[in-house]
Amino acid sequence: MSFQVMMQQLGSGLLRSIHIFALTLLFSLPLGLLVSFGRMSKNRIIRSIVWIYISVMRGTPLMLQLLAVYFGPFYIGGLKLGTMWRFTAIIIAFSVNYAAYFAEIYRSGIESMPPGQYEAARILGYSRTSTFFRIILPQVIKRILPSVTNEVITLVKDTSLAFSLAYAEMFTIAKQIAAKETSFMPFLAAALFYYVFNAIVAFGMERIEKSLNYYT
Amino acid sequence: MALLEMKHIRKSFDGLEVIRDISLQVDQGEVLSIIGPSGSGKSTMLRCATMLETIDAGEIWYLGEKTAWVEPDGTMVYPKGERLKKAHSCFGLVFQNFNLFPHFSVLKNIVDPMVHNQKKPKAEAVKEAMDLLGRMGLADKADAYPCQLSGGQSQRVAIARALALNPQVLFFDEPTSALDPELTGEVLKVIRSLAELHIAMVIVTHEMNFAKEISDHVIFMDKGMIEVEGSSEEVFSAKNDRMKAFFGKLEH
Ligand SMILES: Nc1ncnc2c1ncn2[C@@H]1O[C@H](COP(=O)(O)OP(=O)(O)OP(=O)(O)O)[C@@H](O)[C@H]1O
Ligand SMILES: [Mg+2]
Repeated sequence: MSFQVMMQQLGSGLLRSIHIFALTLLFSLPLGLLVSFGRMSKNRIIRSIVWIYISVMRGTPLMLQLLAVYFGPFYIGGLKLGTMWRFTAIIIAFSVNYAAYFAEIYRSGIESMPPGQYEAARILGYSRTSTFFRIILPQVIKRILPSVTNEVITLVKDTSLAFSLAYAEMFTIAKQIAAKETSFMPFLAAALFYYVFNAIVAFGMERIEKSLNYYT
Repeated sequence: MALLEMKHIRKSFDGLEVIRDISLQVDQGEVLSIIGPSGSGKSTMLRCATMLETIDAGEIWYLGEKTAWVEPDGTMVYPKGERLKKAHSCFGLVFQNFNLFPHFSVLKNIVDPMVHNQKKPKAEAVKEAMDLLGRMGLADKADAYPCQLSGGQSQRVAIARALALNPQVLFFDEPTSALDPELTGEVLKVIRSLAELHIAMVIVTHEMNFAKEISDHVIFMDKGMIEVEGSSEEVFSAKNDRMKAFFGKLEH
């Protein structure tokens, strides 16, 4: 196999990795906020359920969760799902897992806000919803951005776990080529790709952090 | 008709009674100062009046309308919807530590509540806000962020932000005690100018000379009760033992 063909195949794998990455963030960031509300809910039952969910997500391997989501419908419900299911299962597993991590980050950020901000907002006539979205959340985002960056960078590397469902993202393809060609090259190339992908993500996050530096 | 009436207010925290049957009244344009030792319940009183804190007993009336009371079963009740909003729009509160919104510019701190909550047109709100900033001597700080201001400037912005919503009574909880001594003057000057405009104010303060000079009425609180009250001259010349002890401590 020529170098060029290998790079082409890895490149298409990389696109799939980026796809997983982007969709996971798209779903898990808002979902995590919702979960953090559940975690801080006044209702004890909701709070406990969400606590269990978070601790299971954080306490078991993501690879196992991928397998559970993918094979679960078949083993539990006897459902045979179509070819699209593989990708859908990956996005569900990743989103639900990352939402748990993001929820804890949101929660720590929200709880670190001084009560005076809520009180000032209330006196100035903001509704509860506007207080949260106009006053609290923007400040929380600034506070939690470094922790979010950590998770986002971990996610870049975690996308390779989709290989456990034989989904043709970059790592799966690197492994296939390496086996066929008995060469270590594909892994090196894949490592380089992951590294560059991560560097770009880190650069982007840093830009966002900088853009919020106009206040302290 | 009184602007604000608080009748027989009681408030406990974890069984400790912090406000013990306090009643007070504020009329249009009146300046009321509340003085007293630390822990006597002054802040709690303001927080009850501004509904940041619930009350355990008593009633709060704004402009002749009951806006908070306690049912016989002990639960506190606010009126619903528009009536509560109306009561809320009666007052503003200036905090000891300002509580400006750090992610908004000075101008936006003032304009955002006007536009977002009072539904004022943006251009009108900006114009009013700039006028207010001018009166506070802060016209050049409109585009600054709160982290770029001194304590005295922050507090003046907070006062402008409260005034922008046209409250009928403005509460101040120790507006100068977070400030360096050399910055208290500029804030007190602004508050004095409001008194001249006949905006009703309730001021909790440790600045005795200021309270003496500015107040129509003074309340000396101790251990959750009103110990002495009356006109400025009456209170500051009163021969109450607790007050003497309090002033004695202040001098040392
Ligand atoms: N949220 C709260 N929970 C429990 N106790 C409280 C709370 N707020 C106030 N207290 C207690 O109530 C009492 C009165 O407090 P408050 O802050 O009203 O006093 P203050 O007169 O404003 O004092 P200072 O001059 O120090 O500001 C204090 O003993 C205080 O510890
Ligand atoms: Mg106080």
